Amino acid sequence: MATRYFGVAMKRREDPRFIAGRGTYVDDLTLPGLTYAAMVRSPYAHARIKAIHTDKARQHPGVIAVFTGRDMVESGVKSLPCGWLLPGMKLPPHYPMAVDKVRHVGEIVAVVIAEDRYVAEDAAALVEVEYEPLPAVADAEKALQPGAPAVHDEAPDNVCFRWSIGDAEKTEEAFRRAHRTVRLHLVNQRLIPNAIEPRAAMAQYNPATDEYTLWVTSQNPHVHRLLMAAFVLGIPEHKLRVISPDVGGGFGSKIFVYPEETIVTWAAKRVGRPVKWTARRRESFVSDAHGRDHITEAELAVDERGKILGLRVRTIANLGAYLSTFAPAIPTYLYGTLLSGQYEIPAISCEVTGVFTHTTPVDAYRGAGRPEATYVVERLMDRMARELGEDPAEFRRKNFIPPDKFPYQTPVALQYDSGNYEGALNKALEMINYKELRRQQEELRRQGRYIGIGLSCYIEACGIAPSQVVGSLGAQAGLWESALVRVHPTGKVTVYTGTHAHGQGHETAFAQIVADELGIPIEDVEIVHGDTGSVPFGMGTYGSRSAPVGGSAIVLSLQKIKEKARKIAAHLLEAAEEDVVFEDGKFYVRGVPDRFKTWGEVALQAYLAHNYPPGLEPGLEASSFYDPKNFTFPFGTHIAVVEVDPETGKVKILRYVAVDDAGRIINPLIAEGQVHGGIAQGVGQALLEGAVYDENAQLLSASLLDYALPRADDLPAFEIDHTVTPCPHNPLGVKGIGETGTIAATAAVVNAVMDALAPFGIHHLDMPLTPQKIWKAIQAARAA
Amino acid sequence: MKIPVTVTVNGQVVQREVEPRMLLVHFLREVLGLTGTHVGCDTSQCGACVVLMDGRAVKSCTLFAVQADGAQITTIEGLARDGRLHPLQEGFWEMHGLQCGFCTPGMILAAYDLLQRNPNPTEEEIRHALEGNYCRCTGYHNIVRAVRYAADRLRVQA
Repeated sequence: MATRYFGVAMKRREDPRFIAGRGTYVDDLTLPGLTYAAMVRSPYAHARIKAIHTDKARQHPGVIAVFTGRDMVESGVKSLPCGWLLPGMKLPPHYPMAVDKVRHVGEIVAVVIAEDRYVAEDAAALVEVEYEPLPAVADAEKALQPGAPAVHDEAPDNVCFRWSIGDAEKTEEAFRRAHRTVRLHLVNQRLIPNAIEPRAAMAQYNPATDEYTLWVTSQNPHVHRLLMAAFVLGIPEHKLRVISPDVGGGFGSKIFVYPEETIVTWAAKRVGRPVKWTARRRESFVSDAHGRDHITEAELAVDERGKILGLRVRTIANLGAYLSTFAPAIPTYLYGTLLSGQYEIPAISCEVTGVFTHTTPVDAYRGAGRPEATYVVERLMDRMARELGEDPAEFRRKNFIPPDKFPYQTPVALQYDSGNYEGALNKALEMINYKELRRQQEELRRQGRYIGIGLSCYIEACGIAPSQVVGSLGAQAGLWESALVRVHPTGKVTVYTGTHAHGQGHETAFAQIVADELGIPIEDVEIVHGDTGSVPFGMGTYGSRSAPVGGSAIVLSLQKIKEKARKIAAHLLEAAEEDVVFEDGKFYVRGVPDRFKTWGEVALQAYLAHNYPPGLEPGLEASSFYDPKNFTFPFGTHIAVVEVDPETGKVKILRYVAVDDAGRIINPLIAEGQVHGGIAQGVGQALLEGAVYDENAQLLSASLLDYALPRADDLPAFEIDHTVTPCPHNPLGVKGIGETGTIAATAAVVNAVMDALAPFGIHHLDMPLTPQKIWKAIQAARAA
Repeated sequence: MKIPVTVTVNGQVVQREVEPRMLLVHFLREVLGLTGTHVGCDTSQCGACVVLMDGRAVKSCTLFAVQADGAQITTIEGLARDGRLHPLQEGFWEMHGLQCGFCTPGMILAAYDLLQRNPNPTEEEIRHALEGNYCRCTGYHNIVRAVRYAADRLRVQA
């Protein structure tokens, strides 16, 4: 069939509502009798709750109710669940509101429900909590020291889990016979996601039907429903409807089941009126799950030809005070398994210690484990190239997994399906004019200007994931995806997808797939997501899974639809089914294209069923659950060119080139946009962002005044291109592009800055690479 | 205690009584139901709440509704005229200048302010002018292109 939409840079169909201010985000919604919730949060990182006095708040005019953690637990509310279990892992309870102790700043101790949000905030300030402050620890390394304050009685040493992958013995052996080794101590600092739309939840309870409806900022409404209903609140799953309307960015932070949505849902029944809560940004900072926060010792060994022999990694991962929904998976199976990068590494050993601290829980943030792995591998590659005096591009090239070795089994469990790493590298080098750039760098250095060129050759495992595989690794869920395709009697089509879009453009990209497959105008296709009341159970959107898993589910349903439609058409054409061709929205007998039945005629007949194949059911709809055969493995090369001003320490990004291979591209406009945004977040980590806790585990960077997000003038225009190595195991040949930028960019920028600082003998600085940090390092180097 | 305010919003005169502490953004969103103006932070950093007050961009989370008494306010809902998109709205659509759409209304109105002052801005000037508006999705790349698109269109129209 002629492709008309797939691969076309179509303008997005969702945009007209957003550019006109007609989007519908949770906080835009209202209901008759709506009340507002304000959370009372702990100012202490660790304290015993001696008493909570709510009388003044209750008596405040306009206040409807005040509840505490004890109220919730006594009514039978259970702990928030953790959806990924590792062997021997400690799993202390996490109640929506603290009951006896608080364990991080911002933990909820009480909720005030009032007539309006101003009154709710006023009354929240009137709730008096008597705390007995206790010693706290924010740093994971310090939390492991003997005598450190324990976050949970269940884990007196603060160790949640110890996990390893690879072959420690073989790796030891590789290091014993190494020609050269390098070692880096790397801090992958804690990030705070900061989707621009704050989290929000609004719940309603209907006593006549005993049904709840929850509108929530969720990347996966069915996951929210299941976990809240079955684990936390004890509501029959079919009596809770979860709607996630337009969502203003997620980046991982809106995957998880948080205390607030369980509190408003529970409270809506208690007060008999709908309840809404919307986070203030300060609340986002202390309550949205944070990302990263690794301390890593990493070593790389090579032989005398500069071929890699082994990689040894020891990581301490800060999990925060409680286990967020998917927290244990991020620093383990989404991190350790990626440590082979794009390279042939015969022996890898990785040990991870997951640690509780008195900080906000840490979970998936865009890239989730994979940026951390890429950072380790790509920093080591640069460090080793410099050690050997080799060009960093050539050192990488020499160690790439060659294209004829796919599928490639890494020593850390994954089997890469396809790849052409040199293709992407060459393209990126060409785009940046690498040789000439190196020459210019030399020349400018003689003039006292410090230019740096940084490469990042990354691999990503996404499209998560085959259910049996993740099940064997500890996931408490399957990671397939669903799609229901409903053809209406007029031939118009509604597709219900279990994925959720919060900026990714599914309403456009998925419609492109459907319109092509059915040969109908894209205007005849509607994509619906985000409502458990209409969409079949789906796993949602994260891990760049929507196109490869969700898109594939749609294709499966379309195949079933076309199969049935062909039967109907064959009957109408009085022909054998196998002789009927479906092309450009028309069914005809092979060789006789003039005698045809249109898509619309066939759809109508499916519902009339007057002139119909005997034994065939009326109607034309199909649902599918697609379980991927493997992860997908996007890859590419990003190159950053920076200039460091030695007098101020300020870094300016002069150019940024990205060559990504995400397989076939459904909509280049959307795909490029994903890369742009990903790069910005990666650059943000390299240069600007970082959570800062003080010695009492107080979050100092708790507002946008104190936490530096990238602004328009922090970033350059990006130069984007791609190579296409189709995914061999899904029907669309797509791999997912949502996280590539974030995975690649951080290492590219840091490598570039370190390249610029090499003349000073500076080999490594930890992120964020602020002017102050760089200036100090240069001063120290000059003094030495 | 409530105080009467009279504001012209998107060309329509509205009179309401509000608490003096009510923020302009909550007045627009909750009293008038104009939810296109968003709230993204508490500290006037993010710019999601930008509207035009007497033709200039203001952060409506930083003003009380009573401070807008007598003013002309334009929100994103009032930018299209006679069913025709403003060139900035067109530019954001054409250039893929938005993803989740949450920062978009504020971003468009901040850019509107820029183009009034500087009808032909360079890339650097656009980036500088949008410093007060965060976008977490686009990396600003296509936002800059969208503003350039609008600048070109507006100059042709002028």
